[in-house]
Amino acid sequence: MAHAPSNNLREPLILGEKSYHDITVDICRPIETRANKLWYVVFGLSFITMLWGIGLIAYTVGTGLGVWGLNKSVEWAWDITNFVWWIGIGHAGTLISAILLLFRQRWRMSINRAAEAMTIFAVICAAIYPVFHMGRVWVGYWVLPLPNQFGSLWANFNSPLLWDVFAISTYFSVSLVFWYIGLIPDFATVRDRAITPAAKKAYTLLSFGWTGNAKAWARFEEVSLVLAGLSTPLVLSVHTIVSMDFATSVIPGWHTTIFPPYFVAGAIFSGFAMVLTLMLIVRKVLGLEAYITVAHVEAMNKIIILTGSIVGVAYLTELFMSWYSGVEYEQYAFLNRATGPYWWAYWSMMTCNVVTPQLFWFPKIRKSLVATFIISIFVNIGMWFERFVIIVTSLHRDYLPSSWMMFHPSFVDIGIFVGSIGLFFVMFLLFARTFPVIALNELKTILKATGKYKRTSPQPEYKIEDLILESRKGKSGAAIHGEEHH
Amino acid sequence: MSEVKYNPSIIYGIFDDDDDLLQSAKVFRANRISVANVYSPFPIHGIDPVIGHKRTNVSVAAFVFGATGFSLAVLMIWYMLISDWPINVGGKPNWTFAANFPAFVPVLFESTVFCAAHGMSITYLLLNRLLPGFNPRNPDPRSTDDKFIMEINMSDNWDAKYDEVVYLLKQTGASEIKER
Repeated sequence: MAHAPSNNLREPLILGEKSYHDITVDICRPIETRANKLWYVVFGLSFITMLWGIGLIAYTVGTGLGVWGLNKSVEWAWDITNFVWWIGIGHAGTLISAILLLFRQRWRMSINRAAEAMTIFAVICAAIYPVFHMGRVWVGYWVLPLPNQFGSLWANFNSPLLWDVFAISTYFSVSLVFWYIGLIPDFATVRDRAITPAAKKAYTLLSFGWTGNAKAWARFEEVSLVLAGLSTPLVLSVHTIVSMDFATSVIPGWHTTIFPPYFVAGAIFSGFAMVLTLMLIVRKVLGLEAYITVAHVEAMNKIIILTGSIVGVAYLTELFMSWYSGVEYEQYAFLNRATGPYWWAYWSMMTCNVVTPQLFWFPKIRKSLVATFIISIFVNIGMWFERFVIIVTSLHRDYLPSSWMMFHPSFVDIGIFVGSIGLFFVMFLLFARTFPVIALNELKTILKATGKYKRTSPQPEYKIEDLILESRKGKSGAAIHGEEHH
Repeated sequence: MSEVKYNPSIIYGIFDDDDDLLQSAKVFRANRISVANVYSPFPIHGIDPVIGHKRTNVSVAAFVFGATGFSLAVLMIWYMLISDWPINVGGKPNWTFAANFPAFVPVLFESTVFCAAHGMSITYLLLNRLLPGFNPRNPDPRSTDDKFIMEINMSDNWDAKYDEVVYLLKQTGASEIKER
């Protein structure tokens, strides 16, 4: 038979006995039913925080960057911390949809849609910070390679900040296209089930006239595979380039070659933590416990252990290298991180990122949804502190002690950050009610292999030889010759 | 042919299971009746050779667009930073493209991926006739849910009889048969 044999050694990825139709119904339910009160409450709160953030961005643009807590020593702080944090979160979505596709991991199918949505929303949130840190956002188009009468010169292709412009815009647009190409067949399912004319119209528009014939599916599979192949080096390049924003400068604590792999591991680490936080809520609120199972959570927790350990090793390597380099500025930068005025940020980072994920070595904790949820929050916080530690502690001690400063976020800094979390949840909550949150048609391909398949009609019993009709013997139709039909 | 009273041009066999359809398609091939198309909610692996579809080569587009993107990016960077206005950054080599090349790698890479991914995706949408505003062309709306539809075009099978096709569809487990 065409599908892979079921493997009883692994836990099923779809619980209960399901038919193909059951999967459609279960995953379309949030779209086809009304949201409950809790959804409206959370959406309302997120919307208000988003508006507060937008108001403070307007205030920043109108008044100037002086309303932020930056000073002349700490010129990058809160905003770049948030930028790197959000971009890092986005990385898990691409890892799940692209790298796990290349590795043929079946468990990715229940979570890739929502994780990719998270990627796109996180990159949108991330983009807020560099854009508004430009100050004069109305000349933001100067970062594009435009003729030099627009600015003083051409864009500088030697600069990591320009690399970032290319990396982030490529990453965002390619992730969006990858996500949407996967969504088209699922939108078609929602379209063909739609009852109200408005829904029918909307989903007809969104599904681009998807038909689902064999040729379309063959192309779909090939395009998905190649996009995964392109996205894999792309996602690794994005955080590599983000890390080069720091690594190519001559600031103690930043000027290290370990940064690219260290940042990529950290990004995947924080991204998986955010995927877990979101998915544990989504499975409960949308009633998708049969599709996002303990086996999925456990698989993600194993990636958390791996990437968390890489991050831990990177922290220790940094400490060793600063001592071994013999450069006193480097040595001071790390001593200052651990024992200076920002010691609490450093030790929060160490506890949340190095210690807590190691708890996942215990199967009981790894399989516990409550413990996973708590640890995922710890990792989210720890990874925010990692960026804060790297950025602020390295800058607040200048080479000249007369320039030593502290960084204190202003209410605008904090408000824009909270606002970006609001924006993220507004987008995610809208997504959860209008888009199929699980790649439902892709999921049907693994039902026979990893779940209990419920047949809706009896299986026909026959041998192909017995059904060769006497009247058809010796005929030479086209089908046997492998010709394509239009 | 005049004694045939009723001869629809297209017959649809609707199956409830992907493997049933795949087996049925093999029966049709053994009977030398060509299957025009198959509509399914998800890809049925192994169906393409059975119904005579060649392997798709849409991924060639990724290579072509990627190579184009790479070349355009080389041209752009060379013109802007080597030919038109070299930027001296701390005395680093900036007079030839080769000397400055390492710093150009990130933008060249991103431009290549950008053009390869978008070029291929647009090619894919055009090949599959997918654009906003297009109307669905699947013969039955349930084919995006849990039905697997085999389309047999009688004009492709001029020597096959209607009754033969219907008999084979029923024997191989089609739960419904539609005609057009």
